[in-house]
Amino acid sequence: MNFDFSDDQKQLRDQARKFLAEKCPPKAVRVVLDGKAPYDKELWKGLAEMGFLGVAIPEEFGGAGAGHLELCVIAEEMGRANAPVPFSSTVYLAAEALLIAGSDAQKKKWLPAIAAGEAIGTLALFEGKGNPSPKNVKITAANGVLNGVKKPVADGAIADFAVVAARTGSSGRENDISLFLVDLKAGGVEVKSLTNLDPTRGQAEISFRECKAEPLGAAGEGWSILTQMLDRAAVLCAFEQVGGADRALEMGRDYALDRIAFGRQIGSFQAVKHMLADMYVSATLARSNSYYSAWALSTNAAELPEAAAAARISATQAFQHCAKNNIQVHGGMGFTWEFDCHMYYRRANAMALGLGSLSYWEDQLIERMRKKNAA
Amino acid sequence: MNFDDTPQEAEFRATARAWISANAPKQYEEELRKSSLGRTVLKNANILEVAKAWQKKKADAGWACLHWPKEYGGRGASPIERVIWQEEEGPFGQLSRMFIIGHGMCGPTMMAFAREEHKRKYLPPLASGEKIWCQLFSEPAGGSDVAGLRTRAEKDGDEWVVNGQKIWTSGAHYSDYGILLTRTDPTVPKHKGLTMFFLDMKSPGVEVRPIKQASGASDFNEVYFTNVRIPDHQRLGEVGGGWNVSLTTLMNERSAIGAAVSTGFPELFEYCSSLMLGDGPAIEDRAVRSKLANWAVKASGLKYTSMRAISALSRGERPGPENSIGKLVAGSMIQDVATYALDLQGAAGVVSGEDAELAGRFQAMLLRAPGTRVEGGTDEIMRNIIAERVLGLPGDIRVDKDVPFNKIPTKGRN
Repeated sequence: MNFDFSDDQKQLRDQARKFLAEKCPPKAVRVVLDGKAPYDKELWKGLAEMGFLGVAIPEEFGGAGAGHLELCVIAEEMGRANAPVPFSSTVYLAAEALLIAGSDAQKKKWLPAIAAGEAIGTLALFEGKGNPSPKNVKITAANGVLNGVKKPVADGAIADFAVVAARTGSSGRENDISLFLVDLKAGGVEVKSLTNLDPTRGQAEISFRECKAEPLGAAGEGWSILTQMLDRAAVLCAFEQVGGADRALEMGRDYALDRIAFGRQIGSFQAVKHMLADMYVSATLARSNSYYSAWALSTNAAELPEAAAAARISATQAFQHCAKNNIQVHGGMGFTWEFDCHMYYRRANAMALGLGSLSYWEDQLIERMRKKNAA
Repeated sequence: MNFDDTPQEAEFRATARAWISANAPKQYEEELRKSSLGRTVLKNANILEVAKAWQKKKADAGWACLHWPKEYGGRGASPIERVIWQEEEGPFGQLSRMFIIGHGMCGPTMMAFAREEHKRKYLPPLASGEKIWCQLFSEPAGGSDVAGLRTRAEKDGDEWVVNGQKIWTSGAHYSDYGILLTRTDPTVPKHKGLTMFFLDMKSPGVEVRPIKQASGASDFNEVYFTNVRIPDHQRLGEVGGGWNVSLTTLMNERSAIGAAVSTGFPELFEYCSSLMLGDGPAIEDRAVRSKLANWAVKASGLKYTSMRAISALSRGERPGPENSIGKLVAGSMIQDVATYALDLQGAAGVVSGEDAELAGRFQAMLLRAPGTRVEGGTDEIMRNIIAERVLGLPGDIRVDKDVPFNKIPTKGRN
């Protein structure tokens, strides 16, 4: 047993941290936050050049072929930097969907473009309120043509293609759902940007009208592929959340050391110290759960579904907890637009919903544990 | 990142498993499996005797105190082998409870500070469970503020004469030896006037009185010292250096307790899997699932945090105060878990003991739980440790830091 990342992986993390500290300081994030650009194009290009976009994509499809543990360490740094780029949509969801279910031709078409920073992909799953469930997929696909509306779609307004979940049957079972690959730049697609909690990552409404779509994976296998996609993305997002939680904790700690009130550093008051200690506890539990899920992902272990759900819950809670209390430690200044605290608060709360909310994952976790115990 | 056993680890596991299977006291397995915080009982046997017999058997075969050096009764095993052993020992590990303080704290303190001849004499019977040790630090006037203790030791020739009172001493009533922190100089600031000893608990002048806890049970004691004489060669560390010695003990205490934290989660999950609520099994209820999930990720988070610490230990890194989180999280969690298990029982939850649901497992847990948040460092002390030693925040302002001990006020109001 060795429950840690390797020295090479840690080196990669340092490299990513250094790169992002330079290319993605808070003021770069603010360009997107303030609506001056839909995402940071320069950074996206840089990430491609560093090989980070294709780190888990096999070499034959233009990636670095390193693996998912490497992707986890990069994800953590993306979260720490609050990077305003469509990394999670493209890398954790679209690329993973292609790797799981794509045909050779589909992989050849999109994966090298993703690795090169030339294609942005996303998942179009949700249709208004509600968590992932076959019942909530209403839009239909017949004869390779999609009709219906998806929202919210993360990074939908800047994406080149989307993996779309659609209904191809009416039996009321999971195998009514199939996945499709849609070129969003082709006809029959209308995209509208939506305002959202975290402007550093856009959300959109996408309407499909008689839109041509090619199947991704076998017909009727959509829900099963989607479940795998969500589990894998849950692990990778958990690392982003752990990175964000750590950064928020650090910001709170640093402020508590700098700020003087009542003639003392505010970090010398137990009320503040204990709040920060509790943030450290959440962040540590989340990190440990995430490490376990990373192992499960990298070895495709049977434990992955349970480990992914646990990491998802733990990391979501930790990021929300740290981001929220970071503002509290900062007092009034933490509630200004000028201070960076709210960027992490926004990201934490947006990420808590993106792959399905906590109540969905809580239910999944216990269902999976119950099944394992019964087996 | 690898969770699988290496070939050597797998071989160790197989050897341990085979030995346990051939030697463990299986007649108690079921009862031990049903034990949890606040309730470890064997109906037809004295648990202390069963525990001592199992420990001795392990020691004779080289399975006691795995991480200790062989010459002191251990096995010289790696941290990972220790974890493998714990996994394989399973419910029989419950029988190690009365040895935790001796093995986890007193032993390591003796190893770091005792004379070689003392180590060779006292450590092997400690490892084998033939002798049980306790730790005499806390006092009525010195709980979280351990350095505020008042038990005096005064030099008299080659001996020290001890007078005073200790409290919260786990297992003092069945202990053979103890490590004892005393004040040897009240005229200097409190941390500087302390000295550590070990002593025979059968020494004349030592009186042990059990404390009846809020739970009704008696795990802890008051220990009174009246002109107890301790030879100077049983001093651990320098005169006036007792605080440093105690830090070694306490760091070991936190990692010893942290390693074997019990959260109550497996018990609750098992309970919810079989419990029927009005509309069906409890585990299918959304509200129950939400509660369970929140505790599940804390329990798994603690487990993997401790595995990360073990990996770091295997690389030769010292375990940090990070271990404090195990105790902090598990302590309040087990209290919440017990409260919730009773909530699920409705009004019947009020009944405790043999007539209660699961023979009162969760009722006993509830009543014992407040102690877990206090013993071995309160939740508040744990948070201070994390804040100060991990996050680097300033220490508390200590108004008594530079004041001679005998000038510190002893009353809050007059």
